[in-house]
Amino acid sequence: MYSYTDFDERFVRARIDEFRGQVARRLDGSLTEDEFKPLRLMNGLYLQLHAYMLRVAIPYGTLNARQMRQLAYIADRWDKGYGHFTTRQNIQFNWPKLHDVPAMLDALADVHMHAIQTSGNCIRNVTAGHFAGATPDEVEDPRITAELIRQWSTDHPEFAYLPRKFKVAVTGSDKDRAVLRFHDIGLRLRKVADEIGYEVVIGGGMGRTPMIGKTVRDFLPKKDLLAYLEAILRTYNLSGRRDNKYKARIKILVHETGLEELKARIDENFAQQKRVLPDVAPDVVARIAGDFLDPVFKTDPVQQLTFSPALQAFIDTNVTPHKRADHVSVTISTKATGATPGDVTSGQLLVLGDLAERFGYDELRISHEQNVILPHVHRNDLPAVYEKLQLAGLATANVGLISDIIACPGMDYCALATARSIPIAQQIGETFADLDAQHDIGPLKIKISGCINACGHHHVGHIGILGLDRAGVESYQLTLGGDGTEEATIGTRTGPGFAYDEVVPAVERLIKAYLALRHGPEETFLAAYRRLGIAPFRAALYEVRDAAA
Amino acid sequence: MARPFAPKVATANHLLEGDVIYYSRPGWTRELSEATVARSPEEAEALLREASGFPLETVGVVLTDVTLENGVPTPAHFRETFRTRGPSNYFHGKQAGHV
Ligand code: SF4
Repeated sequence: MYSYTDFDERFVRARIDEFRGQVARRLDGSLTEDEFKPLRLMNGLYLQLHAYMLRVAIPYGTLNARQMRQLAYIADRWDKGYGHFTTRQNIQFNWPKLHDVPAMLDALADVHMHAIQTSGNCIRNVTAGHFAGATPDEVEDPRITAELIRQWSTDHPEFAYLPRKFKVAVTGSDKDRAVLRFHDIGLRLRKVADEIGYEVVIGGGMGRTPMIGKTVRDFLPKKDLLAYLEAILRTYNLSGRRDNKYKARIKILVHETGLEELKARIDENFAQQKRVLPDVAPDVVARIAGDFLDPVFKTDPVQQLTFSPALQAFIDTNVTPHKRADHVSVTISTKATGATPGDVTSGQLLVLGDLAERFGYDELRISHEQNVILPHVHRNDLPAVYEKLQLAGLATANVGLISDIIACPGMDYCALATARSIPIAQQIGETFADLDAQHDIGPLKIKISGCINACGHHHVGHIGILGLDRAGVESYQLTLGGDGTEEATIGTRTGPGFAYDEVVPAVERLIKAYLALRHGPEETFLAAYRRLGIAPFRAALYEVRDAAA
Repeated sequence: MARPFAPKVATANHLLEGDVIYYSRPGWTRELSEATVARSPEEAEALLREASGFPLETVGVVLTDVTLENGVPTPAHFRETFRTRGPSNYFHGKQAGHV
């Protein structure tokens, strides 16, 4: 867990006091809304469809029990008793009142959290793989790098007014759990001849123009990280377009300039940076790394337990191997049947905090798939953890299955939305509620966005669903074959869109077609799609519909 | 051919509460049915100007199309329908009474 210095504490408190003053000046009329809006956004406060929304940063998705409990307290005290975990590992409160927000920020600061840089054209919360520090396949805990970047980028004066928002993700292993190639900058830790460094990927993104990031450096030594990031950001800040917000992301700059030319500009800038910016100091990295040391793991011998069928099903889907054989990582799904993906009640937040404290070495993670992770759990504690999750309605054994859906808030909350996404997710969850059937269908990722901004990652859904407004009616465009892992693929549009009540039947037809076409249960939906191409799935989607018309 | 004029109301979010409000001359209401309706482009322009004069109560004043049912304004677009109700996943927002 990162640690706040006295400086951090003073800085965050000063920002809250400043914001308290800004709110007061807005309310007494000394600030106009045009003046106030950028100030509130800098503090994570949006105005949505029905209310304000406060977006709180969870650095690289890492929380401790005390923080989780404080989120529960905030949800109860100033909101409607729940929070919403986002695809950027943050949490959003959907119902704050303007005059309560400074107090909410104070409550966050009490547990070393804030909402700074969760909005605006700045470097946003740095995300990282959610099994960081626990998975057996990583070169190094990516949170050390993510924290270094967080410290460097927080309130960085040069990068406070970029052409557009800027998102960085870090992964510590070859297995990409952070959707690396769809970020403005993706960093993959790798080891070459005993030296650890980074593959640097730039220009990925989703939104209106999805692009897969391109490798701009195969291997960047660790000591050069900040100078190289400054070089990328500076090049982007100078050359990125500001005339059209849809063309302002770095992906467009990469696309329009060409990777080689841009690389040359970055390298030139990097050479200049190297002259003025010192290498990343080993003692700074060592201090940060000291905040991410392993806990003192229990060493009790693993008991040979007999699990109930329900617990075994949970283990099959929600439990993943740990770097220690006697431990596991437990993924807690927020997608119970009919639930809103990412939503967790205050009572559940409290349970999660308790579980982390009792069984999880005080560590929790939020995944970009809107689930919560206990990264370190001793195998002997699995039955107790499962029992407590069951009591809290958090034991759904569906991680990675069809009902483990990503959905953005869509038009139920978001002012930018063109259609709803949450009820589509709920309906799919209800239609495929039977867990045995879900296990039979196997691994499948459905991702839903309520507009072209693609916060629900629909471009990388095995089945992607994008809600649009077609002549005043909600219409949903389907894409197939997307993949947000290291095999980064943008989904292909199937064809004409589907009306709101046609979406679930369309998904059912896709699943039926897949089950009929697959080479046995070991061939996943994505594998079958890759083998067969889109044609048979298109036929399943449209021939039936057209025949019925 | 120019589209026929659609009746309009002025709507915004409440500065403190953040919830949806409608201009109902000479003040604001939380009920679309009580909103003042503009029935011509000239009336719409005047309505927007008038509704924009409450910076301490409102954020983001805009005009939005409505359909008149027995003279009472109702939403012309699904987004406005949701704004009159609240989210569909919880019984929160206007549908549950005051935010
Ligand atoms: S994808 Fe669109 S609707 Fe969904 S949260 Fe993002 S901006 Fe809002």
